Parts: sequence; C-alpha cells; structure tokens
Amino acid sequence: MRSLLQQIQQVAERRLPALTRYRRPESLPIELHRRRIYIVPSGFGIGFSILLLVMLVGALNYANNSALLLTCLLGAASAASMLVAFRTLDRLRLSQIRAGNAVAGEPLDLILAFDSERARNAIRVDLGPRTVAFALDGRSSTELKLALPTNRRGWQPLPRLRVWTSWPLGLFRAWSWLHPEQQVLVWPRAEATGPSPLAPADDTRRRRLHRGDELAALREYRPGDPQRHIAWKISARHEHLLVKNFEQPRSQPQWQLDWRQLGELDHEARIARLARWVNEAQSRRANYSLWLPGNEIPGDSGPLHYARCMSALAQMP
Amino acid sequence: MTSAQRQSVGKPPIDTRAFDLLGLTMLLVLGLHAPHLPWWLSLALGVTLGWRWWQRRQTSGRVPRWLKLPLLVLLTLAVTVQYGSIFGREPGTVLAVGLLVLKLLETETIRDARVGISFACFALMVALLFDQSLIATMLVAVGLLPALATLRALEPGQVATDLPHALLPGLLLTTAALPLALLAFALVPRLSSPLWGAPSPDEARTGLSDSMSPGAFTQLLIDDSPAMRVSFEGAPPAPDQRYFRAYVMPAYDGFSWTYRGSTNVAPARLDVSHSIDYQINLVATHRHVLPTLDVPIESPVGATMGRDRVVTADKPIDEAISYTLHSALQYRLEPELAVDRGRWLQLPAGFNPQAVALGQTWRRQYGHDDAAIVRAALALFHDGGFRYTLAPAPLGRNAMDDFLFHTKEGFCEHYSSAFTVLMRAAGIPARVVTGYQGGYWNKLGSYLLVRNSDAHAWSEVWLPGRGWVRADPTAAVRPERVSLGAGAAAGGQLGWYRSDWLQGLRNQWDIVNRWWDQGVTRFDALRQRSLLTPFGIRDVDTTTLGVLLAVSSVLFIAIGLAWALRQRPARDPLRRALRELERKLSRHGVTRQRGEGPQHYLRRAGRALPAQRAELAALTRNYLELRYAHDQPPTEPLRAFQKAVREFHVAVVVK
Repeated sequence: MRSLLQQIQQVAERRLPALTRYRRPESLPIELHRRRIYIVPSGFGIGFSILLLVMLVGALNYANNSALLLTCLLGAASAASMLVAFRTLDRLRLSQIRAGNAVAGEPLDLILAFDSERARNAIRVDLGPRTVAFALDGRSSTELKLALPTNRRGWQPLPRLRVWTSWPLGLFRAWSWLHPEQQVLVWPRAEATGPSPLAPADDTRRRRLHRGDELAALREYRPGDPQRHIAWKISARHEHLLVKNFEQPRSQPQWQLDWRQLGELDHEARIARLARWVNEAQSRRANYSLWLPGNEIPGDSGPLHYARCMSALAQMP
Repeated sequence: MTSAQRQSVGKPPIDTRAFDLLGLTMLLVLGLHAPHLPWWLSLALGVTLGWRWWQRRQTSGRVPRWLKLPLLVLLTLAVTVQYGSIFGREPGTVLAVGLLVLKLLETETIRDARVGISFACFALMVALLFDQSLIATMLVAVGLLPALATLRALEPGQVATDLPHALLPGLLLTTAALPLALLAFALVPRLSSPLWGAPSPDEARTGLSDSMSPGAFTQLLIDDSPAMRVSFEGAPPAPDQRYFRAYVMPAYDGFSWTYRGSTNVAPARLDVSHSIDYQINLVATHRHVLPTLDVPIESPVGATMGRDRVVTADKPIDEAISYTLHSALQYRLEPELAVDRGRWLQLPAGFNPQAVALGQTWRRQYGHDDAAIVRAALALFHDGGFRYTLAPAPLGRNAMDDFLFHTKEGFCEHYSSAFTVLMRAAGIPARVVTGYQGGYWNKLGSYLLVRNSDAHAWSEVWLPGRGWVRADPTAAVRPERVSLGAGAAAGGQLGWYRSDWLQGLRNQWDIVNRWWDQGVTRFDALRQRSLLTPFGIRDVDTTTLGVLLAVSSVLFIAIGLAWALRQRPARDPLRRALRELERKLSRHGVTRQRGEGPQHYLRRAGRALPAQRAELAALTRNYLELRYAHDQPPTEPLRAFQKAVREFHVAVVVK
C-alpha cells in the first residue's frame, strides 16, 4: 500500500510538476513560506473529528447545551491547532548544510543548520526511512545530524528532504519539501584485499628503529594529542598535562602511489586499489604521493593530505 | 545550540511526562464522574490508577495480560451487580470510565495514549449529561487542559518544560478558540426532536412529592439546590405572600396525605381583587406539577388547572422550562363550597382519638364561629409549648396525638397536618397544601430564588362567605419561617455551610447560575430561532443558520490565517536610527530620494547644511562603519550612533 502510494507520488511528480509542486534544487538558505507548506489532517486527526462528530450528535440529541459547548470548544481548539502547525513551519530557514566524509556504501553525516526568529517545537526531518525531531529556541541555530546513505563514489546530489510537523496536538500534519542544490562527495570504497604497494624495502626496518620509546622531550598537552602519549606520572607533578614527544623518523621514504602502475586492472578496480593503498599509507602514517591522470598530488602525510587524495580518487571520471 | 533531538525508531514508548499528564487526565475524568459512581468503584479505580502510575515509574512496560483480563472481568461484574445490566446511561457511563482507567494499564505507545485521550474527551462530555451546571462545565473545561497537554507531550523533539508550563499552552489554545466555539454554539442548528431515545429521567427524584407524611420533607429541607427562579412584573409580593402552590392534598389515611389529580373538572371559582404577573423558571423535576404563586388565575400553555387550582403540565418536566402566569394575591376562592363537602372533612377512623376529641370540644365551645376555632388552633400552636425543629422525635401510630400532646416538636409538615386534622375534627373543611414559601430576593438580578429547602406545607380552611383561606400554623410557632425563610427558622440546625454569611454569598452567586441557566442550558431551538430578532430577522430557519455558521467560520478562519501569516518586520535598530535622521533632515528640505544611497544623501545634506557638514560627515562615517564592517552592528557603537542621531538638531540658518 505504502509503496503503491509512493509510486503514484513519483509518477505524479514526474508528470505534473506544477501541480505537485515538485521543487527544483535551490540554493541555500531555503526559507519555508505559505506557498510551499502543505497541511492535511493526520490519521489521528480524522479519527478525532469523527469522535467530535459523535459528541456533537450526542449533545444535540440530549439537548445538552453544556456538552455542545464543550464539543464546540474542542472542535475550535482543534481547528486552531492547524494554524499552529502551519506557523511551526512558516519562516523556518535551512541556513547551511555541512557534509562529512564517507566511503561509498557507508552512511554520510549531513549536518543541517536550521534557524528562525521564534521558538518552534517538534519539527521533524525525514531522510529516507529515518526521522529526526528537533526544536528551535528562536535565538541560535539548531544543527541536525542526518545519515545519508551512499552507494557509489563521486559527487552525489542531496535528496529531497521532507520537513514536517504534527505540532501541537498531532491532529494535522504540515509538511514541506527541501531540495538543496548541493552535492556531497562520496569517497571510493577501498578493495578488501590485494597486494601491497611497492614500498621501499627498508621502510619497515627503519620505522621499527624509531618506534622505540626514546623520549626526545616533553611538551605541554595540546587538544588532539593521543592519550597514550600523555606522560601521566610526570604530569602528576606538574600543573599541566605533559605529552611525550617522540623522535620523528629523520627521513621517511615516500610511498609513490601511481595510477599507471595498475594498468592491468579496469577503471573502478584501479580506483579501489589506490584507495586501499592510500588507507594503508595513512594508517601507517607514511609519507605518500598520488599520481592520477590530470591530477598529481605531491608527497605529504596527515589527514588533510588523506582527504585530498581520497577526494581526487572520488572525482575520477 | 539546542540539543533537543531525538531519533524515533519504530514505536517508541511514551515518555514519563506524557504518561503523567495522561494519568492526570484520567484522574480528572474519574473525579468528575465520582459523584454518580458507587464510592467503592471510584476508590478501586483510583487505586488502580495510582498503582499503574507507580508501576510505570519503576519499569516501563504494559501490565501483563493475566492481570489485565481479571480486572476487566471484575469491572464488568461489578457494574452488573450494581446496576443489574451494563446497558443504559448510568451503567454504561460507569463501564466507560472503568474501561478508560483500565486502558491506562496497557498504554505504552503514542497510539495508545492518543486513543486514551480521545476516549477521555468523550468521557468528559458524558460527565455533562449528569450535571450541566456552570461549575460542572467549568470543571470539565479544566479537564481539557491536561488532555491537550498530553497530546502536546506526545510530539517528539520539544523543549522540556515543567508541569504548569506544559498545561499553559492548552489554556491559551482554548482561550483563542473560545470565540469560534461560542459562535458555533450559538449557530449549530438544534434538533427540535431527539434522533433516538428520549433522555431518560433521573432515577432519584428530587423536589416535592405528591404525598406527604410528617417527617418526609427532611431530605428536601436540607437540599438547597435551586428549585425555581421567579421574576415579577413590578414589585415582588411581600415575604408573607410568597406562597407557591404545588399540591393540594385532601386524602388522609392516618399516615400520609396524598394528592388526587382532578384535571377533568373545571377550576373552582375565584374572585380576584388584586393580581400580579410573573415568570417562573423551573428546573427539571420529572413531575407534572408546576408550582404557581398562590392562587393562579389561569394555567400556562401546555398545562391544565385542576379543580383545586393545582397546575399540572401535560408532559413531565424533564428539562428546565419557563412559564408566564398571573396570580391573585387577594382573592376569594370557591365562595360556595360545592357538593363534596365531605371530601374535606374525611378523617380515617380509629386514628388520633385525642386530636379528634379536641376538635369536637372546640366546636362545642365556639358554636358556629368557624373563625374562632381557627384562632383557637393557631393559639394552641403559638402558646402550647411547641418547638420548631428539623429533627423531631419519631411518632407512633396515632401520629398527630403524639405530636400534639407529647413530643410537641416538628416542622411545617407536622403543623399543617395536625392543624388540618383538628379542623376536620371540628367540622371545618380543611386541606393540606404543599409547595414553596419564601425564597431569596436577588436585587442584582431582580428575581426571587426559590430553593428546594424552601419547600413548605400549610393548610387551607373553608370559611363561609370567605371561601378557602390560607392558614399557616408553622407561622404561629415560628413566624421567622414565613418572614425570613427556612434557614432562619431552623436556627443552628443546618450545619456550618448554611451559616448566614455563606448563605448570603451563595445567594448572590446564584445570579451567575441563573445567567448560565438562561444563556446556555436553556438555549434551545426556540431561542435559537429568535436569535437574530435584534437585527430585524424574526425567524431564523436551519438553512439560514447553516449559512451564517459557514460565513462566520470563514471570517474566523481569515482572522486565524492573518495571525498565522503575520510577519514581524525584522528589527533593525540601525535602519531605524537612519530613518530618524532622514526625518529630521527632510523637515529642512533635504529629502532622501528614491535610489539614493545613504552616503550620497548625507553628503548632499552636508552641502545643503554647511554649518553641520562635519557632524553629518561623522554620522555618515559611523553609519557606514556600523553597516558594512560587521555582520551584526556591535552594541556599543550602535548606541553611540543612536544617541548622536537623537542629539542631532538642524541649526536654523538665518538668511
């Protein structure tokens, strides 16, 4: 039943864009207004109106004016709640969207920032089968974390998001569509197993040499330092946390990851292998460079470099 | 950053706040129904409710089935035992309230809670079928608040508040909805006849009964709910003339006096010398009799008058009604007694020998002077050591003998009964009349409030040439009963809640009840039809009402939409300050033109007002700095700019 409805909706949106107000992607910020907020009674609302009708007939039949007054009051309050539902969405603004990083097949974190001038409650955002509810206090913006499912690498347009509410009484459901004109970059999925990159032969030996606990110096803790590097015993005697500074390898050989080395594989398999190598190099904290057709990334290390390499792989044609 | 976020997966259990509010709603429903529930059932349901609340606090989850089913069976059984059936208004209501409380036992999800709330709203309405007074309606309206708050609390992702603040929005919503509700109330077409089953009359009948045995009024005399409200054309009659006639009771069997209807006989002759017009609003009595001011001249529409000038309606009074009448205050009733004189002299044989003997003694003593005998009897009550009390000693078989010669204490029933027996024994036609006497004159509303506790019994004796004359032996014992009312006569016997000042307050408060009664309870099809009389439309039919309802609903929707779409203009203090400056400058001929930026405009102003060029240049600089150097103008420089604008005055250039 539900899938049938969805199919009908999809067909209607394709055929009758004007009627169903299929919204083209639009740029941020998106502000909801009366022309794009729809409102219908919810299932509970319909049931409740039937109950009100029964109460009305009962009150009229027994010529009980107090009961009639109560029924009218309840009915009027229900009708008024429709306006409140509308006002909950009206002038709601989606001010920005930030996307995290994820490899294809894993959910990608989307952070939506909503703001408005007045406080609002119980706004819900649907993304696929997941629903997230949030409130706005009218002063600061609220950030909402959504998980966007991904399946293939590359630029992926954001899907339509339904923002809806049944505030305050659950009798009416007001909704609107958000279709931000924004794309997120999905990194390629690394292959599961495969050969190692052609690394300099003595790399592992050297690394082992320098992995000893040879303390070079102590320095003050900075946010982001790994916890296991904290010199707890020494820190106990000092005012601040102290971190052990290990001697860095003097000259680390560079891993040269090259598209051209993988001539025997097909296009996507090459990308998957390179992705695995980049992962491996990153996890070993090696210094590596990446050569791709039309895009040469010189040797470096660290998360920024990693992101740059993965993004380059993701954007491969 | 607010962090009121929550993931909703599947069917989540409702949170504690929503459950508390739901429990509160149920408790209120139970409380509103408690007056007509058996006390033990109210208690049991209350305990169940409390236990469930406590249990849900410990662990969330439904109550197991093995506990729920027996409770359900027990409830049905209890209702059947109490009422004999589960159908009908009372047992049905009790069952519904019980089921509502049991519903709470299995309430875990949002859907359960919504079903529970809908059902609770219905139960709240049903409570009004039992009592539709102002207070009851107000209480039920209060019951809506936790119900609405529960529905709100079921919505995910909201800012947490404390309990009173959770109730407040419901109040605001209902207040905002009140105008539309009142309009719909006035315009929803009423049914002229019920769609199904006439409303069943109350089981417990209140008000006057058509038979009277001494001591039977006691329940009535402590029931101070309003019986009727009377408004008079012109001044109200004096307190000692406020006798409202309900039943005339000729038949006495030694235990009680009974009324015999005699509607097929023409009313007895009445010579009127002074009459008064008035209107009576009577509450539902479920009886036929219509009390009238002593003595009615004719019967209202839909009622007939019996021989003894007792007015009975054709149908039982199941709803509050009002009727207009005129009555004689000075009159001669039935100056020639018809043939059935024996009817008024009947006494049961073998009862009250002492009283009969006393009556016969008086007859021998006074000869044919009936009036002297009446005076003698009243003197006996006045001087014979009689006491007025609402809690008299019990009487034996010869009740009137016991009362007259032994206990010597009682209230109106005893006195009128004994007096009538004495009169009949002396050979004077006499009868007992019951009805109401007295009442509270509400100055504010100009109406007489008569309560059930104002019920009274007196006698009428027939004197040759004068007809039936009212004789109130109670007045001989306790004149305050007639001049001040039942409460005054009873002294301190009525408990603290009938004390003077409280009674005064309650009497004043009654005007609100009357207003409610007239404005709401009795707003029926007839009143609705004459709704638009002030606007020149004499009769409003159902179609017109429907159209009016539709039109005015649209009007209200428009108002509501205007509110919903209203946008507050963005507050921009900097822009306002600039506007102020523009106003000041334009007063001296430098008006900002369309499409002219602030910089150009102020430079032009500086050229036009060379004396203040430097000042204007500084203002321009400040404005541009505030406007373009920051995202939001910082507070301190903004204040300084506003102050500078306020203090800027265009120096008048003398040319």
